[in-house]
Amino acid sequence: MRATRHLTAVAAIICLVSTSVSARTVIQNKGSDTLVNVAQAWAEEYRNVDSEVAVAVSGGGSGTGIAAMINGTVDIANASRKMKKKEIKRAKDAGQNPIEHVVGYDALAVFLHNDNPINTLSIAQLAKIYGRGGGAENWSDLGVTVPGCKKGKIVVVSRQNNSGTYAYYQKAVLKTAAKAGVIAKSKYRMGTLDMHGSKDVVDLVEKTPCAIGYSGLAYATDHIKMACIATEEGKDCVSPSVKTASDRSYPIARPLLMYTNGEPQGAVKAYMDWILSDAGQCILKKKGYAPVRDVSCN
Amino acid sequence: MSEQNPSSVEIMDAFDRRDLAWFIDKLVQVLVFIGGISAIVFIIGIFIFITMEGFGFLLDTLDFREFFMSPWWEPTDEDEPSFGILALIAGTASVTGLAMLVAIPFSLGAAIYIGEFATGKKRESLKVLVELLAAIPSVVWGFIGLSIMNPLIIELFDVPVGLNVLNAGVILGLMAAPIMTSIAEDALKAVPDRYREAAEAMGATRWQVIFKVVLSAAKNGLLGAVLLGVGRGFGETMAVLMATGHAINIPGSVFDSVRALTATIAAELGETAVGSDHYQALFTIGIFLFVITFVINLTADLIVRGIRNK
Repeated sequence: MRATRHLTAVAAIICLVSTSVSARTVIQNKGSDTLVNVAQAWAEEYRNVDSEVAVAVSGGGSGTGIAAMINGTVDIANASRKMKKKEIKRAKDAGQNPIEHVVGYDALAVFLHNDNPINTLSIAQLAKIYGRGGGAENWSDLGVTVPGCKKGKIVVVSRQNNSGTYAYYQKAVLKTAAKAGVIAKSKYRMGTLDMHGSKDVVDLVEKTPCAIGYSGLAYATDHIKMACIATEEGKDCVSPSVKTASDRSYPIARPLLMYTNGEPQGAVKAYMDWILSDAGQCILKKKGYAPVRDVSCN
Repeated sequence: MSEQNPSSVEIMDAFDRRDLAWFIDKLVQVLVFIGGISAIVFIIGIFIFITMEGFGFLLDTLDFREFFMSPWWEPTDEDEPSFGILALIAGTASVTGLAMLVAIPFSLGAAIYIGEFATGKKRESLKVLVELLAAIPSVVWGFIGLSIMNPLIIELFDVPVGLNVLNAGVILGLMAAPIMTSIAEDALKAVPDRYREAAEAMGATRWQVIFKVVLSAAKNGLLGAVLLGVGRGFGETMAVLMATGHAINIPGSVFDSVRALTATIAAELGETAVGSDHYQALFTIGIFLFVITFVINLTADLIVRGIRNK
């Protein structure tokens, strides 16, 4: 008798708690550090759109978000690279069905020190600098001398190997050049300085005359030079900008992705639709990334 | 009645002993025992944990030849990942080696001064200061490497980047020196005074006493101190992560950037999917590091103990 009374009390409490929770839906959103600032801004703005829905955003890198999607602990995973075949298989094995949504584009800028006389670089030249057996060890191999870089050796700055930026750059530059026969294998050379964040890359290149580095356009500062990139030597080059990333003319612009588990439904669908609306895309543009289509923002 | 009395007294006695004090006594006994064996329990627990996480990979996927002989650490490559740690071992070894070159003269000098020359207040305050030096967090050392040593090395040696073997070696040497000083000083103190007295009675000068008698009598303890410093160097993570430049490289000079085994785990583990090959490969590095530091520390401990028991 006493036990049943306890049970009813517990059940009543559970009912109370669950009704007060269900009044506010929480969307879990995790992943790419490239996207985290935008995701945060979206989440904040969305509070004004639908006060019943709260979006919890955290960073940690594309790999972290994708791992959380595989483990089924997030509603939306942010990624600055596509899921690998292996990862998709692991997700399917775990009963998840990740669906990819392109929510914007990010131009990967190639950074040089302000004193570096180079303005234009081709994909082949980048591959010679970054690729294994590429052969460009010194700035003189590219036909220039950099003031302040006395020994002339190129200091190659890269990212840690689980960064989405690292993986995309490998695909867009090294793989493309390997297919064209410029370098033998689509692998990075030995001895690159693997920085742990986009900002670290910019900081180091800014201070080091001999250095070359890459990261998202949004991290550029006034104290650093961005190379104009040509798909082939001699061809016209394209400078990285929101516009050239948006119209896909810049050769190393990557899609920014959000993965949902299955086709989005309910609150998640409303949120994804809002992100792709003009309001959502304008927030992305303001943060320095390129929207998926032309939008006019005030 | 008179026959039953003694036995009932005994029973009462037994009951008497099980009062509150008796239980507290037992409880404290158990707690102290648990405290005493906790170190063993933890070390076995940690070993089982890292072995379980890395073992599947160790048995199935891992190619030992590749693991130890290949310098290519590309665990995330989609087409053909490679798991070679030769460059990482070279990085850790070069930084630790340079650190010992820095730390041995420093710590030996400090230990000789504190142990043999300094007296009274000077000696006590020096000992406290050395211990204080050992308490500086490694991330602070890393910060010094990043923001002070880096521009200094660029300026002094005219190299493009100051995050290299030299930077990390000096930082790590300064980090290892305090603990090496403490142990070396203990070793000097363990040399019986009668050795010194005998030497002085023979007419030896103070330097002769120290170099010919004290140092040679304490050489095992000093070797132990150096080995513990090496163990510290192998295991250090944060400072090395910040000061080496984090570049996979087999260094040709002290101005080359390198990457350490520990720093690789620290930088990559947070972003790998649990259970993936990359994750397990990182744990295999963990096992390797654990075994190395365990062997080094055990050897050092045996050597130091050996001299104490003499």
